[in-house]
Amino acid sequence: MKIYVCVKHVPDTAAKISVFGGTGFAETCKFIVNPYDEYSLEEAVQIKQRDGQGEVIVVTVGKESALTTMRSALALGADRVILVKTDAQFLNSALTSRALKKAIEQDGVPDLIFCGKQSIDSEGMQTLFRLANAFDMPAVNDVVDLSLNGGVARVEREIGGGSREVFEMPLPCVIGATRGLNEPHYPKLPDIMKAKKKEVKQIDIAELDLDLTAPQTEIVHLEAVAERGQARMMDGSTREMVEQLVRILKEEEKVL
Amino acid sequence: MAKIGVWIETSEQGVKEANLGVLTAARRQEGAEIYAFLINAGADECKQTLQSYGARKIVAITVDGGDPAADPELQASALAEAIKHFEISALLGLSSAKGRDLLARTAALMDVPLIQDCIGVDPAAGTVVKSHFSGRTLATIRFNSNPYICGLRPNAIEPQTASCEAEVLNFAASGHSSGKLMVKEVKQSPLKAVDLTEANIIITGGRPIASADNYKILRECAGLLGAAVGASRAAVDAGFAPHSMQVGQTGKTVSPKLYIGCGLSGSVQHFAGMKTSKIIVAINTDKDAPIFGKCDYGIAGDLFEVVPVLTEVLKEQLDKVD
Repeated sequence: MKIYVCVKHVPDTAAKISVFGGTGFAETCKFIVNPYDEYSLEEAVQIKQRDGQGEVIVVTVGKESALTTMRSALALGADRVILVKTDAQFLNSALTSRALKKAIEQDGVPDLIFCGKQSIDSEGMQTLFRLANAFDMPAVNDVVDLSLNGGVARVEREIGGGSREVFEMPLPCVIGATRGLNEPHYPKLPDIMKAKKKEVKQIDIAELDLDLTAPQTEIVHLEAVAERGQARMMDGSTREMVEQLVRILKEEEKVL
Repeated sequence: MAKIGVWIETSEQGVKEANLGVLTAARRQEGAEIYAFLINAGADECKQTLQSYGARKIVAITVDGGDPAADPELQASALAEAIKHFEISALLGLSSAKGRDLLARTAALMDVPLIQDCIGVDPAAGTVVKSHFSGRTLATIRFNSNPYICGLRPNAIEPQTASCEAEVLNFAASGHSSGKLMVKEVKQSPLKAVDLTEANIIITGGRPIASADNYKILRECAGLLGAAVGASRAAVDAGFAPHSMQVGQTGKTVSPKLYIGCGLSGSVQHFAGMKTSKIIVAINTDKDAPIFGKCDYGIAGDLFEVVPVLTEVLKEQLDKVD
């Protein structure tokens, strides 16, 4: 099977984000593979291993600096990378999905496409649906369980309160992975060494014949969120502390 | 006159409470006419609630010859038809588990802009505010075209009533679907739990809870408050709670009025999932735990001592009221 995995290069979860210029941030912080895309990648690699054949191709849209991050995607077991190069960290989801579609289409015919359920930087939560729509493929997001059988994917999706919806759809299809689908493995040193030699293809977004002039949405302002300060600590015995807290929550904050 | 649509999520109990904040947000544009869209739900049962929050038109959407409940593509297509038919300029809805699916499918189908999980919206300006970088920054984003779709984080906007008399309209969509995607079954959770993302109050237990069984201490307290029970990633990884209970980066993002964290250290990843809560209370044995440096109220104490006392105090107060 030819499996395409859409991966985003995002600032590390724990990195400090320094906002500047109204809508930008200092891109000097550490970047990682978007955590949800790791579940995608792991699933794709496991399918290839199980089948004993096939290809796992990582597709990403981002700056050239994304290549370092993509090397770690290769170390996790992907065969090669396609990078659609842009000047900005943020594109809107409509444009990203169009760029992903063109890049995949130019490369081959997908049997399966994986995405993470969302990115952790712009938190758009929609690229996979736009991509699926462009390819006219069925899609399910928030997938915590997947089994493939005779060209049919059976997936389970969490719908809140611990309940799950079970879907079936024919391949090719788009799957949005989330935590629970698998346990991503850590790459071993030989995998990291091998990753350095794997093929990386770069395409400039301008070569994809997309309309880059009229974005559907635009960030007009970005600001850091102030952390809450030091907590007001309750004092006295356990009973006294609890009574004090309940009184505050009821009378002052009115949340009880 | 601008027409703003609100997709209303319903359950067996009728209109889900979290929709009321969405209706309130829709009214921020002065003079706009609010259309409440119901898909396959009884308009008459919902009318009273919807008109108390300013919905002038209640549109009961049905699909000819199809079951939208079993086919998400059909639902999106029916909603898209309604948006076009009623010339809606902005559609608002909940970014709940259901809304994250439906609104995204609808936006993809119509090729219109969508921003999910917003914590603020200004329909007159066509801008929204949402978290970027897991809550470390807030982005103001502008929609450059109409119609657009905005998903709001449940509980992000305080509901306010504004009564009016609503008119009920029926809209039969033709509905289009590839027919490739079908719901085979719904596996109900054995725990009849309050949905984390829609709960007004959440009590979360971290790794110090030490066993799955010990969550009953939190559940007992939650039961009195109508609260949902959450878990930290460390507790999930240790096998004390299922992933569906996890709050944080790789779990659920929640925005309750009150968040009580028991035995949490206060990691960036956990805060990514709950920092927009109105009030955050922490209970931790370590008075120097980082969480006390970034929450509203704190109790330095053992959760196994503090939570049962909290349950007791709440019980006594409830008894007093009765």
